[in-house]
Amino acid sequence: MSHWTITARLAAFGLGMSLVAAMPNALPAGEAAVTANSAAVRIDNFSFTPSTLVVAPGTTVTWTNADDSPHSVREKDGKFKSAALDTDDSFSQTFTAPGEYDYFCSIHPYMTAKIVVKPAGSSS
Amino acid sequence: MADRDHKELSGAAGVNRRGLLKCMAWAGTGVLWTVSGGVPRSLGLLGEAAAAETQAGGLTFLQISDSHVGFDKPANPNALGTFQEAIAKINAIPTQPAFIVHTGDISHLSKDKEFDDADQAMKALKQPVHVIPGEHDVADADNGKLYLDRYGKGTQGKGWYTFDAGGVHFLALINVFNFEPGFKSAGLAKLGDEQLEWMEKDLKGRSASTPIVVLAHLPLWTIYEPWGWGTEDAPRALGYLKRFGSVTVLNGHIHQIQQKVEGNVSFHTARSTAFPQPAPGSAPAPGPMKVPAEELHSVLGVRTVNYVHGKSPLAVIDTPLGA
Repeated sequence: MSHWTITARLAAFGLGMSLVAAMPNALPAGEAAVTANSAAVRIDNFSFTPSTLVVAPGTTVTWTNADDSPHSVREKDGKFKSAALDTDDSFSQTFTAPGEYDYFCSIHPYMTAKIVVKPAGSSS
Repeated sequence: MADRDHKELSGAAGVNRRGLLKCMAWAGTGVLWTVSGGVPRSLGLLGEAAAAETQAGGLTFLQISDSHVGFDKPANPNALGTFQEAIAKINAIPTQPAFIVHTGDISHLSKDKEFDDADQAMKALKQPVHVIPGEHDVADADNGKLYLDRYGKGTQGKGWYTFDAGGVHFLALINVFNFEPGFKSAGLAKLGDEQLEWMEKDLKGRSASTPIVVLAHLPLWTIYEPWGWGTEDAPRALGYLKRFGSVTVLNGHIHQIQQKVEGNVSFHTARSTAFPQPAPGSAPAPGPMKVPAEELHSVLGVRTVNYVHGKSPLAVIDTPLGA
């Protein structure tokens, strides 16, 4: 496993940062040790950030709508779904089973993103 | 241009209705594309021309759309209030339209209270209201159950239906239940196979001379794919409509007027009674557009449609709330 993969995943655990944004050198010392069981996705400007969030099994992900339009969170096969979230509303979902969960906003279906659930240390 | 034409027409007693309708349709199309930044004053004059014209007979109905009752953000802190205003304006029209169509996004967040408030407001209308849902009306966690429980009685499939008025056949279609999530596609709306099959059957035995009006929330032509402003399987629906001599498609969703004519089919999107949205691609995202408070009423509006039997096309007149 490359250094890049480890760092990026840890950043995603601790900060809910985008994989793309998590440059290896940008990770502050100390945060790598965070064992996160919660993570956040921000909905703003008609997009989910991060667009791909990698979490360990057991993590609770909370989506918060920071937009002035309502949005929703719906897994493509209906495995989880929220009602419409108004500005500042949140929705949480705990992920136990490893896998990839594609989701979209049912109000603006072109808004798509993904949660990847995999055990810490796995390299897949 | 339109102003001058209007004056010429109203002064000319010899102009027949066909001529007037043709001219209004032309004028409406002509001013249309200048509308994105503001509202041409001539629309108000056209509205007056239309009101005078309707007294001479024919079918007149009125379209409202995107009331977003419950919306309270800076773009319009009181969407219920502007909806009530639109209704008061409708009630003040001297010759009342036969009925009202609401082309969706009645509510903002599919909440019972929002539907209650909208229904309460619409009770002030003197005529029947035919509604279809927008995606904001089926955004409850139960996928539109609240909407269908309230408005779905007597409808087919998942809420679609037809009705006839003044010799015109109306198809009230729903394209907010079968969205194609944008993982591999553009994330456009869909009518879905079940509804399309029903539509094909419905149209089959009808005479090609029957004027058709199609209602759907999202546009049945692709206005702007990056924002999902289109319906993926609309070409199939339009295929069933091709043989008809006069087809008018009335949509909402994009909170601004866009029009297009393709063969015998004319497409129109309506203003919202709640808040405007940016022109396609003119902003990073299609969210509510904030305009100065004193300008809000000029970008909200209602639409009257006048159909005179045996004469086409239908005259579509948009009137801003502030007119």
